[in-house]
Amino acid sequence: MSRVYEAQSLLPFVTASTTLASEGPSKIAATHLDFYYGQAQALTDLSLGIPPNLVTAFIGPSGCGKSTFLRTLNRMNDIIPRTRVTGEVRIDGQDIYAPGTDVVALRRKVGMVFQKSNPFPKSIFENVAYGLRVNGLQGNRSELNERVEESLRAAAIWDEVKDRLHQSALSLSGGQQQRLCIARTLAIQPEVVLMDEPASALDPMATQRIEELIFELKKTYTIVIVTHNMQQAARVSDRTAFFWLGRLIEYGPTDRLFTNPQEKLTEDYVTGRFG
Amino acid sequence: MAMRLSNRIRRRAETVIECVLFLCAAGSVLITAGIIAVLVMETAAFLRDVSIVEFLTGTNWTPLFSDKHFGVLPLVAGTALVSAIAMAIALPAGLLSAIYLSEYAPSRVRRVLKPTLELLAGVPTVVYGYFALLFVTPLLQQWIPSLSGFNALAPGLVMGLMILPLVSSLSEDALHAVPDGLREAAFALGSTRMQTTLRVVVPAAVSGIAASFILGISRAIGETMIVAVAAGQQPRLTANPLVPVETMTAYIVQVSLGDTPAGTLEYRTIFAVGMLLFIMTFTLNVVSNWLRQRFKGMYS
Repeated sequence: MSRVYEAQSLLPFVTASTTLASEGPSKIAATHLDFYYGQAQALTDLSLGIPPNLVTAFIGPSGCGKSTFLRTLNRMNDIIPRTRVTGEVRIDGQDIYAPGTDVVALRRKVGMVFQKSNPFPKSIFENVAYGLRVNGLQGNRSELNERVEESLRAAAIWDEVKDRLHQSALSLSGGQQQRLCIARTLAIQPEVVLMDEPASALDPMATQRIEELIFELKKTYTIVIVTHNMQQAARVSDRTAFFWLGRLIEYGPTDRLFTNPQEKLTEDYVTGRFG
Repeated sequence: MAMRLSNRIRRRAETVIECVLFLCAAGSVLITAGIIAVLVMETAAFLRDVSIVEFLTGTNWTPLFSDKHFGVLPLVAGTALVSAIAMAIALPAGLLSAIYLSEYAPSRVRRVLKPTLELLAGVPTVVYGYFALLFVTPLLQQWIPSLSGFNALAPGLVMGLMILPLVSSLSEDALHAVPDGLREAAFALGSTRMQTTLRVVVPAAVSGIAASFILGISRAIGETMIVAVAAGQQPRLTANPLVPVETMTAYIVQVSLGDTPAGTLEYRTIFAVGMLLFIMTFTLNVVSNWLRQRFKGMYS
């Protein structure tokens, strides 16, 4: 699958103004998306397509809208009062903002990992089992145990916690908590995993483990990651989108965006002239 | 020279102010200590005449009759009965309204509703007492003909209404203090709002909620006016909410208002009952405080 997209990465960069016609089958496709917090417009006429089974990174200075855009993809912004969306976001062709959309089902399909690790004040086991239980997927005891173990292995934390599954998740270190949160997200078998600066609060060693994990996960999942850290974007992602003041400035294969940016703004940002 | 003088005056003024403030703070501590000392001394004097075993386990309380018995259990039972009825109202309704205010209500509704609910706590308790006696009891008698004019049920219900805002407000604070990150995580895992509330937010706030419950119970045990007005003055070891009972607090009111001569054994009973009451509410408040501290430590 990813071969196909490597080939397609030859297509010219996609900016806000160029639409998705040339993009091939996107897993996620936003078209003319505008987003408002009350009166303030946070995203302006955003269009971009995110390919499956690759890592797409969103970069840009604080307040550029990258997190806001990420959160429109699983409708997390719904829980913030007085927000408004216009335009379209399609996932597998389905408009997720169409009336009658099952938001719970959407969020099962599009999981999310947050900037600040937020394990529930429950045991390690219960954290992972939570999503299975609320979605009625827990099965019998041994199936549940299996799913929990599988998810913890997939998040590369099994070996560290297998002997203390029933201890509080809050006893883990920050990096372990974040990998637990990833395990919890994987447990309900989403297709897309959104990551909002998942390593920004972690030390370099823990960050490296998360990055290695992302590399593993893209075999199975479509990953979208917001990051402040340009080296991180360069290391982990296949595609990079650069946002500025609520607009998509430039979007393309990560290598090209960093080595040969087409827009002056992108160049200034990736070379550290502002941000 | 003038500079130095004004400096000295200023410094002296500071010292005076500091002393006054210290005396104010120390005064309230000293007065509390004095109250406890009086309670302890009078209780000790009482226990010289009545054995502590008889006091705590006796089932007859007739210190004002010629055949005197000093078993405090009927008063404890009265307090327990009325408090239990009050809690049956205040705890579930308080928690549910806290959940609504914290998790469901739009912020504009919360801004109006929460202070309004807290206003209920400002109604003088004697008003609640007469409300129970003159309104709730006659109302209930239409359905329960056997209900006495004085009973545990009506004051219990009204007391529940009175304590509800306290439980609601403190529980709401506890729910509100749960970090939004946990709600987001729950939603992102495909939870409905109800699942998020009941499986994540409420369990995360459980020690704060427990603290508010215990404070509510402590408040019910110590509540005086409602029961003195509407529950009657008949110490009775019963779990029947339809007949007159007497709580510990109502007994203290009864004796302090009457013409019991100071220094007699009858007079000392109010200190012994007061001491017991103090130990109960003090213990509950300490537990509640401890729970609240633990809760605060969890998310800060």
